[in-house]
Amino acid sequence: MRLEWDKLAEDARGRLERLGGNVTALVWRLGYASRFLAYLVMHSGTALKRFRLTMAEIYFAGVLSLIIILVSGLFVGMVLALQGYETLQRFGASESLGVLVALSLVRELGPVVAGLLFASRAGSAITAEIGLMKATEQLSAMEMMAVDPIARVVAPRFWGGVISMPLLAALFSAMGIFGGYLVGVQLIGVDPGAFWSQMQAAVDLRNDILNGVIKSLVFGVAVTWIAVFEGYDAVPTAEGVSRATTRTVVTSSLAILALDFVLTALMFTGGNNG
Amino acid sequence: MQQAASSDNIVDIENVWFGYHAERPVLREINLAIPRGSVVGIMGQSGCGKTTLLRIIAAQHLPTRGRARILGRDTATLDREGLFAMRRRMGMLYQFGALFTDLSVYENVAFPLREHADLTEELLHDLVAMKLEAVGLRGAAHLTPTELSGGMGRRVALARSIALDPALILYDEPFTGLDPISFGVISRLVRQLNDSLGATSIIVTHDVQEALGVVDYVFFMAEGRVIAQGTPDEIRASNEPFVNQFVNGSSSGPVPFHYPSPEYPADLELAA
Repeated sequence: MRLEWDKLAEDARGRLERLGGNVTALVWRLGYASRFLAYLVMHSGTALKRFRLTMAEIYFAGVLSLIIILVSGLFVGMVLALQGYETLQRFGASESLGVLVALSLVRELGPVVAGLLFASRAGSAITAEIGLMKATEQLSAMEMMAVDPIARVVAPRFWGGVISMPLLAALFSAMGIFGGYLVGVQLIGVDPGAFWSQMQAAVDLRNDILNGVIKSLVFGVAVTWIAVFEGYDAVPTAEGVSRATTRTVVTSSLAILALDFVLTALMFTGGNNG
Repeated sequence: MQQAASSDNIVDIENVWFGYHAERPVLREINLAIPRGSVVGIMGQSGCGKTTLLRIIAAQHLPTRGRARILGRDTATLDREGLFAMRRRMGMLYQFGALFTDLSVYENVAFPLREHADLTEELLHDLVAMKLEAVGLRGAAHLTPTELSGGMGRRVALARSIALDPALILYDEPFTGLDPISFGVISRLVRQLNDSLGATSIIVTHDVQEALGVVDYVFFMAEGRVIAQGTPDEIRASNEPFVNQFVNGSSSGPVPFHYPSPEYPADLELAA
């Protein structure tokens, strides 16, 4: 009996130690990533002064993500209209379809789904590119040429992502609204005047659109920060880069969902929703 | 070349120790001095610490103990600005070139010039053409790194590393994986560029026979220490068992063929 207790106590101590070790490692990594971000922001002069470097990354992260963002936005809007119409018509409010589609997209689905797609398409690519540059000693070679790789390689990618994300989210929402219009008005036959005018009356510039833009900007910072950090910190091997890319997608997706909850709680509660 | 610090020495390493972990030093009590204008080889088997020593010279690592004085500056006292100022006077050729794969050959060579000098496109073009001509690849300026053979890639990387006319050129395993023609080209270029630029070159390599034909002086390393040094002729004539085994590529000698292991019959579970 005594032995059993000793074994259980030993087991519990081992688990606690592992938990403590994991928490310490997590806090250490968060601190390291924060210092990395602070250094990156302080050394962003090159990315902003030679803006064509950042422009190239806006093309890479933003323009090349357009197809997936626009097509996804269109389908999400179309599904929203179908599902929304089904529910609204039960209450005789089918003409509010435009409001439902627009508010769902502008407040929530636009920033969140565009953020998730951005993390998968652009975030993973940024991590893989920086990680491979590290693995093939390109970053080290840059350091040896007296060029700071954080200023020259990482900062333009960071700012390119941060600028691209709100634009992509806005395009996602616009495309979604167009999809909702196609299904709601053109296919189902909701009155177009009611569709647009109710939307115009119900969607508030500050409480809905601006808050949506703030959300997408926060998601853009989070995703791109995670992507550049994971790439720069990747173990310089094929397996290391692969793991870093996976971590970018998983961590970014969780960060978007968690941040969305926090931002929604801050923005749309306490009678602040117009 | 193991002499007191002198203003004519490009590299002065004094009693340097280095380790990634305090209990396992990679470099132990290294002392060496490299005078201006020479081509020096640092040789030894894989894992002996020669690449770590190159990183100490490149100020990518700081000594745990001792002093590394490179291009007249103690690397431990340099801030980031000072470090970058020193590196602008250095060039480094990596084992596999480390070319920027998203840039053309031309842009790779132009990279350090664009970053550090405010030149007109016309002047930049002329300088890049001169550097590429020096390595015989002016006609390949429009190619991308993925279109180059290993030897050509190494030559482009060499053109890039001399773009700023460095005083010190570091080579990390420059001959690895090259065919005999490419090897001949690279070794000739190492000597030629060193002499024409008035630079000093340090070659880290385990390709002993090939490197002995290029260098003026050799430091031999084993287990983190410099165990022999001398001119190529002195090294060839050396009686030091390790140097002998290394130069002759013998499987018997101080470096055993077998990794430490239990008795063979015991491992095969054979009765004694």
